[in-house]
This record gives sequence, structure tokens and C-alpha cells, in this order.
Amino acid sequence: MSIKPQAFSGGFGEPVFESQSMFRLLMDGMARPGTIRTVSSDVGQPEPLGGAAGAIALTLCDHETPVWLSAGLAKSSVGEWIVFHTGAPVTREKAEARFAFVEAGATLASFGLFAAGTQEYPDRSTTLMIEVAALDEGQQLTLTGPGIQDATTTRVRGLPDVFPRLWAENRALFPRGIDVILTAGRTLLCLPRTTKIAVQ
Amino acid sequence: MTDLATYNFAYLDEQTKRMIRRAILKAIAIPGYQVPFASREMPMPYGWGTGGVQVTASIIGPEDVLKVIDQGADDTTNAVSIRAFFQKVANVAVTTHTKDATIIQTRHRIPEQKLAEGQILVYQVPIPEPLRFLEPRETETRKMHALEEYGLMHVKLYEDIAHNGRISKTYAYPVKVAGRYVMDPSPTPKFDNPKMHLSEALQLFGAGREKRIYAVPPYTEVVSLDFEDYPFEIQKFEQPCALCGAEGVYLDEVVLDDKGGRMFVCSDTDHCEERREHGHAGAMLAPSKEAAE
Repeated sequence: MSIKPQAFSGGFGEPVFESQSMFRLLMDGMARPGTIRTVSSDVGQPEPLGGAAGAIALTLCDHETPVWLSAGLAKSSVGEWIVFHTGAPVTREKAEARFAFVEAGATLASFGLFAAGTQEYPDRSTTLMIEVAALDEGQQLTLTGPGIQDATTTRVRGLPDVFPRLWAENRALFPRGIDVILTAGRTLLCLPRTTKIAVQ
Repeated sequence: MTDLATYNFAYLDEQTKRMIRRAILKAIAIPGYQVPFASREMPMPYGWGTGGVQVTASIIGPEDVLKVIDQGADDTTNAVSIRAFFQKVANVAVTTHTKDATIIQTRHRIPEQKLAEGQILVYQVPIPEPLRFLEPRETETRKMHALEEYGLMHVKLYEDIAHNGRISKTYAYPVKVAGRYVMDPSPTPKFDNPKMHLSEALQLFGAGREKRIYAVPPYTEVVSLDFEDYPFEIQKFEQPCALCGAEGVYLDEVVLDDKGGRMFVCSDTDHCEERREHGHAGAMLAPSKEAAE
């Protein structure tokens, strides 16, 4: 089996500084759920992975973090790209994955098979990147929880219909649970497991 | 100029930073929960803030402005050496002014000036586990956190009242974060506990020797444990700061001689200096040069 040339494309031009600024974007986003952040780096990731999702992989993944890919991503050169640039193993077991990437429009059945951590170690859980059509337009969501003063509203287009129900189930597991980052092209929005979502 | 290899930006290698960054993101997602991390040897001994230094090194970038305080002061050994460390290994701008800083690394104080949106407070933590002195076994304390079983802590506070007539804990006063985890706010005086509640700044905690990172996101409830009939109270000082006359701030006692002479001054040196620059004067402030002439 030959590796497609897209697997070697892109990456951070200045890995030290771009991963730092990308991490700060993620940290600020995670600390202030519902705020939309735009990634400045172009990481040249292969389709159908989005730019923000690609930058997240380059920033956080390495040999210690198995990565799971949804069907659409798994059959593209995304897996090889992540392996080449980060050294992270690609796994087919959701429960092993520290990071999981889902392409736009993929069917979400359940979060149940992803690692939710244990009651003693709730940090040992998957962070799930879900690509949506667009952020800042479409369906209105009202968010409350730590990191949010009173309440905040945001808009997401292309959020799977089952997401609010899956998220409520995830919330009920607290402190266990997965954390989600919604990505749309170069933009992203963080939803740590503490965030409550009300759909308008 | 030599061509000798230099350290990576901010001292830590990239794989270590990634590991710490992943721990920080999980810590923010589970407020108050202590995330284990693979703490590294740092070029300073444990107990000198290696946890806080590793957190700061993993988040800091070239555009940041760093302030480091030790018991509120910018000019004590720990603060000076950590500030110099980051100037050397990350070449970042440093400041002593709270409002100018983007990252404030602290040992045991929260600045008097209210922190703003976008600022990050990094605490150096010696013992991250609030239950450790009540239960030495990590397996047990972990289970207690898992089951949200904090009765032991309330018994400890109750015994304080039974013995002393009040809750005698004055620093590292336990708090409950976002209604779930009981957390050690590091040995800050309990005077600072109310500043953590609904703070606009992100608060990160690093314990190097104990290998734990935890966090309080902005706008998060941080409630000091107490009883209805013995509500949580902060320290009160009878006199204002002897140098700047500030009231309602945390004061340090300074012994002046061996005849009982003493003064009480702001522990937050930047706050005190700024007040004096604005013309505030306490009872023991030496007259300025211009006034003396």
C-alpha cells in the first residue's frame, strides 16, 4: 500500500510558536465555552479534514495519544497525514482514542463507546472534534456553565440532530464524559463537559 | 556570538509542553479536579515553584507579558529568579504591574487589583490534595473525590470549632469548585478566597513535586466551606497599611526592632507602590524628597 503525497503536505511552518498560539486559542476557547475562535495558521491538511481540526491535531497529538477517525476521514489520507506529522497511532477502537475526529455530515450514533474516563480519573477521556457546516450562523444555542458569565448564545449550522440528546447524556455522567470541539473550516468552538446546552 | 545550541523556547521540549497542554485542557473541562501529569525535573528544586513554572512554560508565548509574585511581592528571591528564568529562556517582556500582565505566576497570593478578562493566574502549589492531611493514602483520597465524599473535611472544620470556637484554618482554606470538587487553593491566605469566586481571569494550578495540574475557569463558583452558624470569614486588620494607608487589603507584619516595634504593610508590593505614586500615604511613610526640601 502506497502512501498518498497529501500525507506529507502542510504542517506548521514554525512548530514551536504556531503550536503555542494554537494552544492558547484552544485554552481560551475551553475556558470560555461558546466563543468562536479563528485559527490563523494554514496547516495544509488533506480533505475532508478542516483547517481548525488539522491545527488541533498538530498541536495536541503525539505518540502518546491514539487518534480515532470517522469513516469518511479514515478512507482519506488524513490518518497518514496525522501519523506523518505527529506520530500519533490511529486506532479503530473508540475507547482507546484520546482524540477523535468526525467529518461534516457524518452520522453520530452515540458517544457511549468513546472513553469517558473513570470516576477516579475523569481526565482519561476522549476529546471529540466534530466538523459542522458553519459556526456563527444557523441554529441558536444557549450555553451556561463554568467559563460563561450568566449565559451566552452562539449559532451552529449543521449540528447533527441527535447532538443535544447525546450531550445531555454526556452531561449526566459528570465528572466523567467527553469534551467536544466543534470545528468549521478555520473556526472552532469548545464545549467542555460542564457546559449545558439549550436549543432554541 | 557562539553557535552553541540554546534551549527550546520556554525551556521545556515540545513533547513535554504537549503533555502539559493536554492536562491543562482536561483540568479546565473538570474544574477543581487534579489531573496527574508527568512533571519534569526543572533547573530549580522542588518547592521553588516547579509546577507553576512548567504550567507557565507550556502556555507562554513571545507576545506575553509576565509578572511573578512571591507572597504578593515582586522583589523577593523566588519571584526574581523565576522572572529572570523566563526572560532568559523565553525572552518575554516582564512587568511588576498587575494590570499590564497577561500571565501572572504567583506563590501564595492573589493580587489586590481585580484581574481582568484575558489574564491568566498561575499558582505554585506545594500540596494539591486538600484531604491529604486527613487521609494520607492517595487511593483513598481519590476515591473520596470520586464519590464526592467530603464529610471528613467538614468534620475537620467542626473539630476546629469545638477546640477553638472558630474555624482556625487561615490559609489553604478548602473551597468547593462549581459545586463538585473540593479544592486546595494553594497556601494563599483565606483573605484571597473570595477573589477566586467568579473571577474574570483563568486560574491554573501546578504542583511539580506532587505532579498535579488543576484549574478554575473564569466565571466559576468557588465557595469556601463553612457552616450556617459559623460562616466563612476573611481576616480583618485593625490598622491600614503603614506605607500607603490602604484598608481592606492583606497586610504583612514587619518586626522593626527588639523592643516590640512593628509595622503592618501591604503584602502586594505593586498595589502599595501604585497607591503611593498616586499620593496615598500611611502613618510610617517617610516624607518624599521634594516635601523634605
